[in-house]
Amino acid sequence: MQYHTPTSFEDAIEIAAQADGITRFLAGGTDVLVQLRADIVTPDTLIDIKGISGTKTITHNDDGSWRIGVAVSGAEMTEHPTLARDWPGVVEATDLIGSTQVQGRCTMVGNLCNGSPAADAVPAMVAAGMTVTVSGPDGTRELAVEDVPTGPGKTCLAKGELISAVNIPARGANGGDAYLRFIPRTEMDIAVVGAAVNLRLEGDTITEARVSLGAVAPTVLLVPQAADAIIGTTLDDAALTALAQAANAACAPIDDKRGTIKFRTHVAGVLAQRAARIAYERAQKAGK
Amino acid sequence: MALDNMKTTGFTQVGTTPNRPDGLDKVTGRARFGADVTAPGMLHAVIVRSPHAHARIKRIDTSKAEALAGVKGIVTRADFATGLTGENWNILENVMASDTALYDGHAVAAVAATSALTARDAAKLVEVEYEILPHVTDVDKAMAPDAPVIRAGAADGSVPEGQHPNVVRYHESGHGDVQAGFDEADLVIEDHFTTEATHQGYIEPHACLGILGGDGKGELWCCTQGHWNVQKICAALLGLETANLRVTASEIGGGFGGKTAVFIEPVALALARKTNKPVKLVMPRADVFKATGPTASTSMDIKIGMKKDGTITAAQGVFRLQGGAFPGAPADMTAMCAFAPYALSNVHQVGYDVMSNRPKQAAYRAPGSPMAAFAVESVIDELCGQLGLDPIEVRLKNASKEGTKASYGPTFQRIGLVETLEAAKAHPHYSAPLKPGQGRGISCGFWFNHGGETAVSLALSEDGTAQLAVGTPDIGGSRASMALMAAEELGIPYENIRVTIADTATLGYNEVSHGSRVTYASGLATIEAARDAVKKLCGRAAAKWGIPEDAVKWENGCAVPSGPNAGDFDPLPMAEITANMGATGGPIVGHFEATPEGAGVSFATHIVDAEVDPETGKTSVVRYTVVQDAGKAIHPTYVEGQFQGGAAQGIGWALNEEYIYGDDGRLQNALFLDYRIPVASDLPMIDTVIIEVPNPGHPYGVRGVGETSICPPLAAIANAVSAAAAVRLRQLPMSPPRILEALEQKRDG
Repeated sequence: MQYHTPTSFEDAIEIAAQADGITRFLAGGTDVLVQLRADIVTPDTLIDIKGISGTKTITHNDDGSWRIGVAVSGAEMTEHPTLARDWPGVVEATDLIGSTQVQGRCTMVGNLCNGSPAADAVPAMVAAGMTVTVSGPDGTRELAVEDVPTGPGKTCLAKGELISAVNIPARGANGGDAYLRFIPRTEMDIAVVGAAVNLRLEGDTITEARVSLGAVAPTVLLVPQAADAIIGTTLDDAALTALAQAANAACAPIDDKRGTIKFRTHVAGVLAQRAARIAYERAQKAGK
Repeated sequence: MALDNMKTTGFTQVGTTPNRPDGLDKVTGRARFGADVTAPGMLHAVIVRSPHAHARIKRIDTSKAEALAGVKGIVTRADFATGLTGENWNILENVMASDTALYDGHAVAAVAATSALTARDAAKLVEVEYEILPHVTDVDKAMAPDAPVIRAGAADGSVPEGQHPNVVRYHESGHGDVQAGFDEADLVIEDHFTTEATHQGYIEPHACLGILGGDGKGELWCCTQGHWNVQKICAALLGLETANLRVTASEIGGGFGGKTAVFIEPVALALARKTNKPVKLVMPRADVFKATGPTASTSMDIKIGMKKDGTITAAQGVFRLQGGAFPGAPADMTAMCAFAPYALSNVHQVGYDVMSNRPKQAAYRAPGSPMAAFAVESVIDELCGQLGLDPIEVRLKNASKEGTKASYGPTFQRIGLVETLEAAKAHPHYSAPLKPGQGRGISCGFWFNHGGETAVSLALSEDGTAQLAVGTPDIGGSRASMALMAAEELGIPYENIRVTIADTATLGYNEVSHGSRVTYASGLATIEAARDAVKKLCGRAAAKWGIPEDAVKWENGCAVPSGPNAGDFDPLPMAEITANMGATGGPIVGHFEATPEGAGVSFATHIVDAEVDPETGKTSVVRYTVVQDAGKAIHPTYVEGQFQGGAAQGIGWALNEEYIYGDDGRLQNALFLDYRIPVASDLPMIDTVIIEVPNPGHPYGVRGVGETSICPPLAAIANAVSAAAAVRLRQLPMSPPRILEALEQKRDG
């Protein structure tokens, strides 16, 4: 195994582009190192990107948007003085990854690139409309978060490509987001179902919404039908029922040791409703 | 009958709660656990395991592994003793398969190398050719006529004709006429219950360091609940003389019964013998799940009849226990514990020990009793519900007492079940209002407790301090309890007694720390050893004063004349006697060796409040109270710790823990992410009430407390869930998908 510590994304790209076999990028390492030790993935090339300038920085841009460095840990996001004011759902979702110790290292990008449909940060990222900057031998492109995973453990990144930044849109007025996951315990567990809702109000009426579901399909889903079910409503009972139905309809889960198809499908609707209520309340408060 | 030297009042040290002597070591990292021992030139070992549930081993080719740089030795079954019979053969077969791998994770070879990483790489190079055989992992399927036979001829003479060869032991007991009893009942309920295998879930994986030379002399350090047992088994499996293998028990990071068995120690020793180097073997967590003993899974049928006034007229139970690929599932104990809390005229119980393609089950805290209590106490709860009776009143009405002929045969001596029920009834928890969506459940539980072979030595030091050597590994604060009992007898401060878990070369045979026996049996032995030392101290004082030995008594740490006629001498403190002991007759050591047989049975009553989320089926335990008879609480804080620990493990067993096997017979969840033990935030504060009904078989009245606490939780939680959500779960674990399914079925009528 080769271990590299490049100091620029250009160097990282060059190393990755020329590497043979299995390549992994190392930021927090909370998936990569665990998989290495458990004999699940033994990389031939390990590229540590923490030494690249800017990877540990959270930047609030002039237009209100945010740029999060790829090695920023969950704890750094949680402790940031203003990020959670704009995007509580995104910060709370990232905070659910692992234990307190893991929070000191885990990153949103790692959570995304691990490709798990049960990743906690990803539904919140999708609902927030976040994008990632992908850098590679052929230059740089910007991708919607929901377009990155292509299946369990798989992403659309080509050989030599890596994510060089994470972008969160400006919060804007009267918006709120929330993420909830179902686990049989209270901590230290993996989502059996996850649901994130991000919405904007005009008065009491929802004018914009994005709904995302985790652990109910091979990838984290953006569910426009679920968003449509609540746009134009005040999140009344009928809207919530329609939201749950649309969420149920979008599910294509598997039966496994963590949950059944039936259970996941049902709970996806329940969590979508609960997350929508929280996001709605947050949006109302933001407007006051 | 009570011991004539029994002391139940006037304690000065017993009943106080000083810090445990091993506490500082454990919180500072100074304590040495199984994996903390090293030796110069030490090799690291990895075990090669079968990925198949059932497969004939056609060929093992170690040549590629041997060729890897750093590999020093590989062992297979050929490197162990031959000609073993009985349980030794079973243990060896489990430790290292001969011709057939019997479960996913069964050991087939082991590699020792200069580093752990090299050993891991080498293990992957060991080529094993398997012929896959049909497998079965479910208890009911393993008993069915078409089930694959795990091993022909494994059954003993207890099994009736006509059973499948996988049924290897049979138990039947009871008294009276159950049919006549059911005829007398106003309501009879009969139900089927199942529980899944659960692991003891100790945080410390099995670990050991073995040294064994060509001269047949060896040393072994390991984490175990009983090192004399390890010594005996390792000697047999390797063909050694027992006394030539010295075994030292490390600190232990949890055992709960699972470390009463031997898994890796003979392998480390075989590799050490082959390589002539010390060999360290530490089990990865996945191996702990796959290849060490979980408890048995069960399939149970319970039938109970009750009169309108709550009198139980008859009870019967059939208990089928899946115990893995070897005999030994505690079907007998399950059956015997099932109805023990109740005084019944008509009772009948049957137990089947059934083999399957799973790891050999191991003891887990009151082996068999929690499952039986789950089924029996659920049916009693249903009867109370349908007859409109209070569940504590019904249990009081039927409770076993002193003189009751137990469901499993003997007549109970003084026992404390009624006292636990009365205390539960009077506890504020039982009458506290519930919030919407919450329900309350109660359950009783029973465990026999045990005595067992015990040897203790108490050596006095010249400065008046004392060194107590016991042979029972400290799995629950027992060093503190032993020091308290020795301090009580000697009349010296608790801090002046150092308690050591002695190695096998130092004391006579000590049975493992199991059966809630340590505070009872090692405690009894400690008291007797201290009394032996006191007798010797009094003898030295008598000699000094020139009066008869029986004219001296021991009071507050001093020898004093036994009365005015004995003479007028100032009290002689222990330190003054020990300061000169070399010149007055030599070292003073008290000791005691025996197999105490007066372990008192113990009962508990638990109260649980649960809340069920009707939309997700998730259960939260919101309040929990344990009421249990401890006989006499030597160190009340650690008694409470045992009560709470049993309840916490029971909560996991009831709600989420389970072994999940795929259709391929492979274990699906061999890691703590998917084997869901409760985390701290899953648990409420577990309240405790210590009842003290003295056990007449212990000098201070001690009863074992470690196991009874895990007997009631499964049923108490099931009863609380039933009260909260109006659905009755008869299958454990009561995981959210199962509860949601039950809620849906109820809604759909």
